[in-house]
Amino acid sequence: MANYKMHLLVCGGTGCKASQSGPIRRNFQTQLEEMGLEQDVQVIHTGCFGFCEQGPIVKIQPDNTFYVSVSPGDTKEIIEEHLIKGRKVERLLYTDPNTQMPITESKNMDFYKKQVRIALRNCGFINPENVEEYIANEGYAALGKCLEELTPEQAIQTIMDSGLRGRGGGGFPTGLKWDITRKVENNQKYVVCNADEGDPGAFMDRSILEGDPHTVIEAMAICGYCIGADKGLVYIRAEYPLAIERLKTALKQAREYGLLGKNILGSEFSFDIEIRYGAGAFVCGEETALIHSMEGKRGEPTFKPPFPSQEGYLGKPTNVNNVETFANIPPIINKGAAWFSSIGTEKSKGTKVFALAGKINNVGLIEVPMGTTLREVIYDIGGGIKNGKEFKSVQTGGPSGGCLTKDFLDTPIDYDNLLAAGSMMGSGGMIVMDEDDCMVSIAKFYLEFTLDESCGKCTPCRIGNKRLHEILDKITEGKGTAEDLTKLRMLSHVIKDTSLCGLGQTSPNPVLSTLDNFMNEYEAHVNDSHCPAGQCKALLQYQIDDEKCTGCTLCFRICPVGAISGEKRSPHYIDQSLCIKCGACFEKCKFNAIKIA
Amino acid sequence: MPKIKLSEKTISQIKEICAQFDNQEGELINVLHQVQSKLGYLPAEVQEVIAKELNMSVAKVYGVVTFYSFFTMLPQGEHPISICMGTACYVRGAEQVLSEFKRQLNIEVGETSPDGKFSLSSLRCVGACGLAPVVTVGEKVYGRVSPQQVGKIIAEYQEGCPSEAQSA
Ligand SMILES: Cc1cc2nc3c(=O)[nH]c(=O)nc-3n(C[C@H](O)[C@H](O)[C@H](O)COP(=O)(O)O)c2cc1C
Ligand code: SF4
Ligand code: SF4
Ligand code: FES
Ligand code: FES
Repeated sequence: MANYKMHLLVCGGTGCKASQSGPIRRNFQTQLEEMGLEQDVQVIHTGCFGFCEQGPIVKIQPDNTFYVSVSPGDTKEIIEEHLIKGRKVERLLYTDPNTQMPITESKNMDFYKKQVRIALRNCGFINPENVEEYIANEGYAALGKCLEELTPEQAIQTIMDSGLRGRGGGGFPTGLKWDITRKVENNQKYVVCNADEGDPGAFMDRSILEGDPHTVIEAMAICGYCIGADKGLVYIRAEYPLAIERLKTALKQAREYGLLGKNILGSEFSFDIEIRYGAGAFVCGEETALIHSMEGKRGEPTFKPPFPSQEGYLGKPTNVNNVETFANIPPIINKGAAWFSSIGTEKSKGTKVFALAGKINNVGLIEVPMGTTLREVIYDIGGGIKNGKEFKSVQTGGPSGGCLTKDFLDTPIDYDNLLAAGSMMGSGGMIVMDEDDCMVSIAKFYLEFTLDESCGKCTPCRIGNKRLHEILDKITEGKGTAEDLTKLRMLSHVIKDTSLCGLGQTSPNPVLSTLDNFMNEYEAHVNDSHCPAGQCKALLQYQIDDEKCTGCTLCFRICPVGAISGEKRSPHYIDQSLCIKCGACFEKCKFNAIKIA
Repeated sequence: MPKIKLSEKTISQIKEICAQFDNQEGELINVLHQVQSKLGYLPAEVQEVIAKELNMSVAKVYGVVTFYSFFTMLPQGEHPISICMGTACYVRGAEQVLSEFKRQLNIEVGETSPDGKFSLSSLRCVGACGLAPVVTVGEKVYGRVSPQQVGKIIAEYQEGCPSEAQSA
């Protein structure tokens, strides 16, 4: 890398790739070649920078200029102005929403200021397809240290002392899990990386694999060394083509460099990793189901104990950890337990990665120290609610979690606080909702998901969730009764108490937390056939206010079903029998003439 | 479902894939992935061949195929359209986009249009939540899709050749 004067880092995360970062990179490459600059400037496709809202992102090193919303047509200007003349392309800089001033470096943006990046340390900094860049950033140093200086017991002790807990949702102490698996006697053990990431609306684990696959490989090898396993398996969804491709490349390079395979780094330790593909089943994220799926069977959970650490893949002791958990291992070994445990709260150490999404200005991937408040995440990092609307709720923990109100905004985020608040940490999905979101519909949305995903083994989960869904459906249709509300709660508790696996045990959480926190919305649906958020279609009507309508004809042209009629410059009219309640006219009318009744 | 007759070539392709995995029962999911990526879908007749090769019951193969949403027993349209129904897309209006696709194509989720051009499915999080709501047609990703853009997206494929990407 030494001979390049400059590096052009183009985001190759899924979000930016979807908005043309591929052609941006290609343009840079060909234009640099045309100008004979390809020896001086290197173009690198990185993983997600995190600030997906502003994508596609292009960063220039060494001066760290951070260009946002770049399009393939901008590459020439960046080369000519920035690279050749040394002038920044002002119009592509990020504008601070408060001061309206351009900011050139990411570290000065509110989005990044409060973040601490451990698991994501390399995402957006290195080329994930080049092992040398990983090595240049302390890569495989932790594995080397373990093999040369630490016994498995010492390495496990470091992980225990760091206080690292599993990032897959459960929060089980990682060092302890390794220790348990190590102590089980067996000549064949396995290390499994859970990259199933079933939470819909979350993309943390995938982004780590896309942006920094070697960190997971290194950590799995360390785990293998600690527990006495020579084989690792990554269970990943077939729907993540980019992550799979980058992981495959990384595995190949690691083998070429002797970082995987026989006698790693000249030691006695041998370890290799295989990929196993999931096929889109949320329940397969549960570790026993995952193991069955890896064995080629239906991914149905089984009762624990026996835990995978005792009897896992092919009946052998198996240590299952989440992608993000693994990504924390190399820095802990390199920098020590004390460093890691100095970050975070008393019982939750280190950081947590969240996929921040929904009605928020800065959608993206963030990593914050445990103990950061929800308010800091939503307002300082997330930049507040989109379109100046009012915050209503934040959902964490995906389909197993809950919806919290503004009363919880000052809650410091950690495993225990979120549980106490009636939600959970989960794997890191964080969805922000505003005044336009109907909480009954949100609960119904999550239940629809659970219904699709229940493996069907337990009756309470299979049938109970279906009943819950039916009741919610009835309520959103305006046909609910007060009795339904008590039924919802009762049934939820039965399902929680009698289901076998975590899916069933947590599936009613979105219902319970919305009942607890947003009872008034349920009551409005039931008592007044009214949806306060104006989202339940059966309960609303779009109408045009004669007084305000100027007859501009915009809505007439926009309505997808031709339900709107009227003469130019005179009030328009919506035919309710044709209206499909898509809300297009409501959004587009410049005169606020369309109202929801 | 009407019976399909598999060609000799298809059968030997399936057998070849099974052989790549040493006809191991434990490799069933890997085999299914490969076969589906070759043939596009996994009709009953294909499952029968796989069951025979891996020396397991057809019922077991069927049980696995139907368990995982990624596997499909129905042929896809020429342009498979998927609407992301992940939470991030849902709260940003994916449902309205989905109903507009259903209305304009006059098909339900899981169906293919009579001319075989389009099929409709929903999926959960493409990983581009910053662009929500997200729609994919084949490999191409459309971001920040509004119900009003649905007609335009469909039209791109009706003539046969999609115009260059333009996710707003
Ligand atoms: C329904 C269900 C879904 C789960 N999905 C995931 C998942 O997508 N990713 C994950 O890492 N863990 C998931 N888990 C947790 C795993 O069972 C397991 O606890 C975890 O992979 C252990 O790794 P950790 O200790 O590093 O967190 C899920 C659990 C349940 C009950
Ligand atoms: S609780 Fe639901 S998902 Fe879990 S084993 Fe029972 S039926 Fe399957
Ligand atoms: S867009 Fe508004 S002002 Fe224009 S015709 Fe429709 S209702 Fe009237
Ligand atoms: S995908 Fe580019 S910043 Fe997230
Ligand atoms: S929820 Fe649709 S892309 Fe993530």
